[in-house]
Amino acid sequence: MSSVTDRRTGSPLHNLLNLLLRNHIWVFLALTVVVFSLASPYFLTINNVGNILTQGAFIGILAIGMTMVMIDGEIDLSVGAILALASALAIGLQDHMGVWPAVFLGLMSGAALGFVNGTLVALSGMHSFIVTLGGLIGIRGLVFVYSGENALMVQDFSYTEIPEIYLGPISLTAILFFVLALFFQWVLSSTRHGRETYAVGDNIEAAHDAGINVKRHKIINFTICGTLAAICGILLSMRLGTAEPNAGKIWELWTIIAVVLGGTRLQGGFGSMWMTIGGVLTLAVLRNGLRLLNTPNYVELMVMGGVLVLALALDKLLNHKEDR
Amino acid sequence: MDDVILKVEGITKTFPGVKALDDVSFDIRRGEVHALVGENGAGKSTLMKALAGLHKPDQGQIIYQGAPTEVTGPLDARQKGILLIHQELSLSPELSVAENIYLGAWPTNRFGVLKKRELRRNASAALQALGCGFGPDVRVGTLSVAMQQMVEIARAEAFRANVVIFDEPTASLTDTEKEQLFHTIRGLKARGVGIVYISHKMDEIFDITDRITVLRDGKVQGTVETAATDLNQVTRMMIGRTLDAYFVKAKAEFGEEVLRVDGLSKQGLFRDVSFSVREGEVLGLYGLVGAGRSEVVETVFGVRKADGGKITWKGGEIDLPTPRQSIDMGMALVPESRKEQGLVLMMGGRENTSLPHLRLFSELSIMNRSRELATFEKYRSALSIKTTGPDQAVSQLSGGNQQKFVLAKWLCADPKLIILDEPTRGIDVGSKSAIHELIADLAEQGLAVIVISSEMPEVLGVSHRVLTMSEGAIVAEFEGDDMTEENLIDAVSHHRGEAAA
Repeated sequence: MSSVTDRRTGSPLHNLLNLLLRNHIWVFLALTVVVFSLASPYFLTINNVGNILTQGAFIGILAIGMTMVMIDGEIDLSVGAILALASALAIGLQDHMGVWPAVFLGLMSGAALGFVNGTLVALSGMHSFIVTLGGLIGIRGLVFVYSGENALMVQDFSYTEIPEIYLGPISLTAILFFVLALFFQWVLSSTRHGRETYAVGDNIEAAHDAGINVKRHKIINFTICGTLAAICGILLSMRLGTAEPNAGKIWELWTIIAVVLGGTRLQGGFGSMWMTIGGVLTLAVLRNGLRLLNTPNYVELMVMGGVLVLALALDKLLNHKEDR
Repeated sequence: MDDVILKVEGITKTFPGVKALDDVSFDIRRGEVHALVGENGAGKSTLMKALAGLHKPDQGQIIYQGAPTEVTGPLDARQKGILLIHQELSLSPELSVAENIYLGAWPTNRFGVLKKRELRRNASAALQALGCGFGPDVRVGTLSVAMQQMVEIARAEAFRANVVIFDEPTASLTDTEKEQLFHTIRGLKARGVGIVYISHKMDEIFDITDRITVLRDGKVQGTVETAATDLNQVTRMMIGRTLDAYFVKAKAEFGEEVLRVDGLSKQGLFRDVSFSVREGEVLGLYGLVGAGRSEVVETVFGVRKADGGKITWKGGEIDLPTPRQSIDMGMALVPESRKEQGLVLMMGGRENTSLPHLRLFSELSIMNRSRELATFEKYRSALSIKTTGPDQAVSQLSGGNQQKFVLAKWLCADPKLIILDEPTRGIDVGSKSAIHELIADLAEQGLAVIVISSEMPEVLGVSHRVLTMSEGAIVAEFEGDDMTEENLIDAVSHHRGEAAA
């Protein structure tokens, strides 16, 4: 049966090339690191690397949930607003019930909103873009109502000490990001739920025919995404000691950019946490590097926009080649 | 007989307006390949979907391994040992071969963590049993269609299937791949699996199957032993005679020749096709599905590129045209699948009618709405289209009325030749005769008309002349009194007999 063999098992070099093609973001990340370390002597210092990781971790935690939802072929635009609500609740409720119950309720608010998002998407058949766009606006409104349009301040400043744990230069926030990313990578590759995620995003008909409960599955992933957004919001409130009603505004866009930059497919069915970590770090390196070079904010935006389009064009080009 | 593994008894399934299955009974024995044949719309797919749990039958029962069984869904069917292999494969390209074989039924511990080693081992075993040359870890998206099909067949091994249903399995396979598939099917058969084989390709049916069940209009026409029958008999059972409808034939007054095709060929689809059609003439093109009828007219129109041949338009030889050129010359092709190719379903009748000719309805790119409306009204009354108004989305209309809009859309460009591919498929009887009348009208107004149809009475009823096609070639031409059902059946089946022999 000569023709029934895999035409793509080749030499180790070939396999390595394939691996790189499918994980192009790491190549891109390495490039940006090289460029910035040449351009600025401060870039590759231990302190700065620690900074990059901490700064990137916030978008990173959001990106983990976004990756789950996006491999499913859906999108969640409400993560920025959920983050703001969780952060406001975690600080605002402290006076009434103490720190940890408040944090717990903040977390639950994210899980609950994610659950609502998922349920609406799964049961109504509406596109998640619309559902979570509604969430983006509505939940943000809720935050303003709750906070009375003011930033909420912590009374007890020991709250801001909680995440001040470091492993060498790496902050607790960054550690949490990596641990969560690794955990969800394991979920994707080694659990039934993970396999379902790919199957649903890849060929929903086949998944349905195979007896996968597509609706329940999507609700779970939206709930995960909402919960992670709340975790991110709580960490942010600890870091800043305040909860701004505008916190996390347009972070959903940066999150999507990081995930897509990593190579996870917007249409679903393809992606991984490795890619997302790559995308998150690339984004963080770009921001940090451009700031070190004292680039004005608008130039920074222009560069980031260009990079996004460039990276995706590259991906399109490479993967197109792979399909031949 | 106790070697019957699955038996269908009196299954009836009605969809709004159509009786898709009407008291259908048949059985599958262990170790046999049982062909299910019939023209499009005969009910084959509905029957298979009922077996796989995708449709719930209104009446009747499925007796599986001697006991009445209800199949609740595809996974249930699979776990019971009934496996449907779709024409469009049901796989996730980004997952591995092993993960696809067990799609949705992965071995896990009770926390939902995959037992990867077990998955891999079982998948390996299934692949080896089939003699597949690829491993369980390969990503399915990198495999060829034939290999992907093997992944689906591996499910038969993995789930120890007793019944495997193949729906048009060779549609996108090369000849070598087909041989390999047949080898695999014979292997399954030798192990006592009952196999249902659905195909339009008669040579395959006679090659691989043991019995043939013929479906027509949702009814079983009979089951015959493959060895004890021939193509002629099967073809007759498939086509049969349907209710004689009332047909209007245009007066036979022909003018100049509009289109002449000489020796048109396209590798793998049709060869050396020659014909001509005159003003005022209705030319019928008859043949079973897969004979190459649609491909020929698509090539004439320019949707496909021919390998060789000559096209003469109104006496002047022309280069093989592009669709735009064809439209500009005055050719119109009304395709078979109007939903995919003919209409924008969300738009109303007004917009659909003017869509291919926006230039005629606009000045400086600004639409002239009143001219558009006037045209819409003209065709609405001329074709008696039932719609609530110019802006009712055509998706809400019946198949017949949709088809009329497709016609209107092409007619308002004032074509000289109109090609209708299965113009009455899937539409109700009333609309059918309205379209037949329209065809006669058009011819009497001097248009040349080519009608493709698999419905024999229709082809005979509306045409002045009929060409029969089989296996990519025109095999006979009938005119006048020679245009009879007997002659058409003979032409199609004899040729097929020769081709298969």
